[in-house]
Amino acid sequence: MTAEFLAFLVVAAAAVSGALITLWSKSIVRSAFGLILAFLGVAGVYALLGCAFLAITQLVVYVGGVVVLYLFGVMLTPPDLEERRASRVSFWAALGLVSLVLFSISLFGTRLPSSQGKPMGDAAGIGEALLTRDAYLLPFEIASILLLVVLVGAVHLARREKKKAQENAEGEEA
Amino acid sequence: MTVPLVWYVFLALILFTIGLVVIVSRHNLIYTLMGVELILNGANINFIAFARALGGKYPIAGNIFSIFVIVLAAAEAAVALAIVLHVFGHFGSVRPEDPNMLRE
Repeated sequence: MTAEFLAFLVVAAAAVSGALITLWSKSIVRSAFGLILAFLGVAGVYALLGCAFLAITQLVVYVGGVVVLYLFGVMLTPPDLEERRASRVSFWAALGLVSLVLFSISLFGTRLPSSQGKPMGDAAGIGEALLTRDAYLLPFEIASILLLVVLVGAVHLARREKKKAQENAEGEEA
Repeated sequence: MTVPLVWYVFLALILFTIGLVVIVSRHNLIYTLMGVELILNGANINFIAFARALGGKYPIAGNIFSIFVIVLAAAEAAVALAIVLHVFGHFGSVRPEDPNMLRE
C-alpha cells in the first residue's frame, strides 16, 4: 500500500459517497451538496492522474458553476412532497446493482493495458494543443460559438417566461 | 507501484451506474440533470485514465476531450435548467411525467 493507493481510496470514497448521497437523500438540497462531494472526489482523481489543469477546471466549472446553477433551480421550483413517498429508490438501486455486477463482469473479462505513461496535461501543453491549427483549433472555436448560442438561448428561454407572466398579470388586471 | 488502470475504470463504472439509477428512480427533472452530470464525470475519468495508461501518438487528447465534455456539460446544465424553469411555469410541476402533450 503506497501513498498513491491511499490517496486513490480517499478520493474514490469521496466520489462514490457523494454520488450515493445524491441518490438516497430525501432533500434535494442535500442531494446537490452530495453532488459537490462527488465532484470534489472526481477532481481529486484528476489530480492523482497528473492532470492539474483539469482538476482546477473541474473545481471551477462544476463546484463553482454547475452546482450553484442547480441550487438556483432547486430554489426556484417547489419541493415535490409526493415524490418522497412515491419514489421507489430501493427497487431501482437493486436494478442498478445488478447492472453494475454485469458491467464489472464484462470489465474484468476485458484485457486492459497495464502500461503506465507519464503524467501529462499541464496548462501550457493544453493551451498549445487548443490553439494549434493542426490540432484542436476548430473544435475550440466551435465550442466558443456553442457557448455564445447557449448564453443567448438560456437568456431567451428565461426571459420569455417572464414576459408571459407579465402578460398574464396585465390580463388579470384588465 | 501505481494504481492500476482497472481501478479507475471501476470507479467510473460505479459513478455511471449511480447516475443511471438517479435518472430512472427520482421523479424530478433536476435529479435527472444531476444524474447526467454524474454519468459525464464517469466518462471523463475514463478519458483521463486511458490517456494516462496509453499515452500514444496524441498524449494530450484525453485532456482535450475531457475539457470539451466539461464545456458541453456546463452548457447543457444552463439550457436544461432554463427549460426546467419553463416547464415549471407552464405545467406547474417538475415531475418528468407531467409534460406529455405529444403523447395525447
